[in-house]
Parts: sequence; structure tokens; C-alpha cells
Amino acid sequence: MLLWQTSQTINFAQGEFVMLPAFFVLAAMKFGGLSFPMAMLAGFAVSLLVLGLLFKRLVVEPVIRHGVLPLVISTIALAILMKEGVKEFYAADAQPFPAAWATTNLQVAGMVVSVQNLVIIAVAALAVAALQYFLAGTRTGRSMQATAQNPALARVLGIPVGRMVLYTFLINAGLVALASFLVSPIYLAKFTNGETLGLVAFVAAIVGGFNQVRGAIAGGLLLGVVDNFVAAYLSAQYRAAIPLFLLIAVILLRPQGLLGRAEERTV
Amino acid sequence: MMKSFIAISLALGAAGASAQQTVNMPIVIELSGAGAVSGTNFRDGAVLAIEEINAKGGILKRKINAPQADTQSNPGISRAQVQKAIDGDPYVILGPVFSGSVKANMALAQQAEVPQIVGAEAAEITQAGNPYIFRTSFGQQMSMPKIANYLRDGLKARTVAVLWVNNDFGKGGRDTFVKEMAARNIKVVSDVSTESGQMDFAADVVKLKGANADAIFVYTNEEESARFLREARKQGIDKPLIGETTLLGQKVIDLAGPAANGARGHVGLSADAPVPAVLAFKEKFSKRFGYVPDHNGIKGYTGVYAVKYATEKIGRFDRKLLAKTLHGLTIKPEQEPGILMETTWDNNGDIDRISFLAEVVEGKQRIVQTLPKLGSGK
Repeated sequence: MLLWQTSQTINFAQGEFVMLPAFFVLAAMKFGGLSFPMAMLAGFAVSLLVLGLLFKRLVVEPVIRHGVLPLVISTIALAILMKEGVKEFYAADAQPFPAAWATTNLQVAGMVVSVQNLVIIAVAALAVAALQYFLAGTRTGRSMQATAQNPALARVLGIPVGRMVLYTFLINAGLVALASFLVSPIYLAKFTNGETLGLVAFVAAIVGGFNQVRGAIAGGLLLGVVDNFVAAYLSAQYRAAIPLFLLIAVILLRPQGLLGRAEERTV
Repeated sequence: MMKSFIAISLALGAAGASAQQTVNMPIVIELSGAGAVSGTNFRDGAVLAIEEINAKGGILKRKINAPQADTQSNPGISRAQVQKAIDGDPYVILGPVFSGSVKANMALAQQAEVPQIVGAEAAEITQAGNPYIFRTSFGQQMSMPKIANYLRDGLKARTVAVLWVNNDFGKGGRDTFVKEMAARNIKVVSDVSTESGQMDFAADVVKLKGANADAIFVYTNEEESARFLREARKQGIDKPLIGETTLLGQKVIDLAGPAANGARGHVGLSADAPVPAVLAFKEKFSKRFGYVPDHNGIKGYTGVYAVKYATEKIGRFDRKLLAKTLHGLTIKPEQEPGILMETTWDNNGDIDRISFLAEVVEGKQRIVQTLPKLGSGK
């Protein structure tokens, strides 16, 4: 969504972007002999380089000038390349991914609360808060917003548009690495993980509103809650259909998304 | 001119001799997709057996040639791969493991009259009257009664919740299990279906927890079992988690980590079985491939040795005769050490041998009881 706002990049490899950092960490441990914390740092750095800088330089920049559709197709191809690359060069089967936190449970008023879940919620909330602060509370963040709203005018005002766009790609890479480190201990690291994650992320962004950070967060929360309630109390068999029902309903009734704002474009 | 003719004749003769020195045993297996864990183990077990046999001169002095084809855990692709294997004039086909794939492709091997040695466990595979299909592990109709007896006699369970994967393997197992529960007056209080490749089990565990059954029977493939065990631990499930080899296998234990501790059930095959030949196999396998095999490794390994033994028994490479010989055959380790445990195939291609009750303790599968063979063959 950040990428879309700043550079009109629709990334259909976003799910694979979440899958890959976990394998960077595993590879750093297996082939580099690094400890888990060091491997996480290395994985984060490689993610910034590969999924941020190289993605922008080697995929987006050469293709975007030909329009959004070629870029969409390129990112679909990239997704396949990443998936098959992991399958071919690392493993086709799922791999255990260590948790960087305790996997014990707490007993609170007769309820079992997983420490792992608490950590995930806390880290996700912190990441969102930090992102919001960065975008709204810092000079660089406001420059990025200006770039997203009107790149030509931003350039006239002296904002280094190219650098702002690069920051967006790096932030995206950092966020997917963080997401990867959070979900892989639960879902295990597997080359196909991106298929499910990518679909859910897209549906959440569209349901919430593609042009609002808070919309994507609300969409993700709504989707997660509805999915789990349906599976637990209605029908586990039809749970996969629920996100798609939501998507269709939103597109028909509120195309800008629940919290998004309508945009007009000259065609 | 004459020299050329002689040279060509010699070359053709050499090529013919070379072709005669090998026997074609393609491995059509799940090397990627949801069945990658099972398929890779089966393939590596078969490769280990083939390397050993070839090192000793092969079968009837012909070395085994075993090209590998990935079904991608997809029944449609498996069918195409089996057809491709048949085009190569195979002696037998090894694999696949996934029941859905075997159901989709076994008719092709049957039409071509090629014996197929599979790792699949769905009950109906051997009930279709196919004389060319042979299992390497128990079918569900053999294993589920043993689990049901364990729930009734071992755990004294009166209610049970079932979590199963909605594919041919899971549906077949679930149906057989529910039938066995009804026969023992054990009530199924929750019946939760999940998807192959499912990543999130939070809602399913909530549902199972709410059912408050005496035990939870888990019948999903390996990776999903590991994800389920992790989620069950997160939500603090304290009921016995009961399963088959797909819950208690080493790969599941490796993936689930400490969450696997306490899981128990029946295993038709186990690399941790208290049988010296099986333990020796486990050591060889681990040394060769760098990981600990699960039951599928034993399936691939013993499947190849069964073919070797039966072929040497009949004294020639005859596919029809091989299938006929395997029906009702019992192979003892004294006759063929590679079979690891005394094994009998019945007239449907179903297998009978000893099996085990197991529990995961401190990250290892521990065998707590050995169950005898159900009968004996010729």
C-alpha cells in the first residue's frame, strides 16, 4: 500500500516478500554458522538490500515506465521466481523457525494466554505506531507523504522524490522482514507461505481501503476476526471463502474500502 | 563399408548389452507441495536401498535405474508422471505416497500391468480389485482398529474429538475412525475438517477445546500436524492428543519442537522401533542423507527390497508374475535382511506386520508397546 501511494507499484509478490526473510535467517544459520540473533540481523539487512533496494532498481524502475500492468505481471513472475528459488536452493518442505521469545503460556483469571501471541501483538502495535509517527511526525515522513500525494509538486518544493520513494521500498522491506520473523515460528518456514499471506494481505488492504494505512490495519483485523469466528462457530469448511465474500461485498458496496477515501483519476 | 557395418553392429550390441544390465524402477513421488516431507523420505529410503543393491551387483545381475519424477503433491500431475514412467517401460513404479495421487494414477499402472509399490494409506486403494497395487504400510482399515482399541482400553476414553485433513487420506481415515468409534460406543463430540496446507489452526483448536472430549484424534499430514501441535500448545490444550504416524513421525517432532511432547498413538512403522534392523536402517539413512528418517523412509526402503526378493524368487523380470508372487507372500528378515521386519502382503496388496504404540517424550518418539501381526501368509 505504501508502495502504491508513492510509486504506483502493485506488488503481487508481497506474500513471497514475507516468506523470504525467514529463509535468509535460516540460510545465515545453516551456511553462515551465525547464532539466531545475529542471523536475524543479517536476514533483516539482506531483506532491506534485496527486497528494498534491488527490487526497486532491478524490477520496478525498468518496468514502471511502461505502465502499471507490465509491473503487475513482473511482480507475479518475481513471486514465482522467489518461490521456486527457495524450493530449489533451500528446501521444498517446511522448516522449523525459532521463536525469538518465550513460547510459554500465562494463566490469567482461568484463561490461557500465549506469551507468543502477546509478543506478536505488542511488536505489531509498536511497528504501526512507529510507522505512523515517522510518516506524520518527522520531516522525512511528511516529505514522503508529499511525494505520495503529488510527486511533481514535491519535486518543485525541493523534496528529493527519488530518495523518498527509495525510503518507501526500504520501509516495506523492513516491515515484511518483521512480519516474516513474527509468523514463521507459528506457520513454519515454507516456500508456499506467500500464497496464503499475499492473498490475505491484498484482501485486507482492499477491504480496509487501499489508500489509507489505518484502513489496511482495520481490514487485516476485521478479516482475522471474521475468519476465526467463522471457522470456530460456523463452518471450518467454508472459511477460505469468507475473505472473498468480504472482498466482493466491499467492492460492490464501498469500492474505496471501509476507511478509504474515493479517488478520481483522469483516464 | 564393411568396417563401418561392423563398427555400427558393435556399437548397437554394446548399447543393447548396456540396456540389458539395468532394470527400470522409476520413483514417482511428492518432492514438493504439501507431501514433500513424506515423498522426500520415501524417495530417500528407496534410493538408499537401490544404492545398496546396485553396490552388490543389482537384482539378477541387473542394476536398478531409478529416474525420479515430482508429482508436486498434485493428483493430476502425478497421473501425467506415471504415464511418462510407463512410457519408459518400467519393471515396477515406486510411489506416490499421497492417497489422492495414487487413486488418480493407479488405473494407468494397472492397465499397463505394471506393479506399483505405494506409500498411500487410504482404505479404498486396495479395495478396488487392482492386482498391481501394493502397500508398504498399513491401510487405514488395519491401523484404525488398533487406535480405537487404544482409546478404549488404554485411555478409557468415552468421548473423542476428531481433527482431520480434507483430502483422500484424511477423509478415508476419518470415516474409518468414526466407524470404529461407533463400534466401541465412544462418542465423537467434535468433528473438525481442515485443509491440506492449512497454516492457521487457531480456530480449530478453539473448537476442539470447547468440545471438552476425553481425547483428541489428529489425522492430518505431517506439516499440518506440526502447526496444529504448536497451536494446541499455545492454547494450553491438556487433553491427550492421539494420532498415527503422521502425528508422531520424526519430521513432525522436528517441526513442532517441544509442542510435540506428550503426543501419542499407533505407528505402523517407526524408525525408532525396538528392532535392531530398523535401528541400523535409521543410522544408515541418517548418515547418508543427514536427517532422521520417518516411517516413509522405511516404506521406500522395504518396498525396493520386497521387489528384489520376489524377483529373485521367480528368477526373471516378469511384471505379471511379480504381482502374482507378491500376493500372499511373506518375507522374513532371515530371507531378505532389507525387509527389516517380517512382512506379509495379502491378496489385495494390503500389508501385515508388527506395529507399535508410541509417545513423544523430550523430542523423541518412544515406543511403549509392540503389537503383533494380525495373521500370516504363505
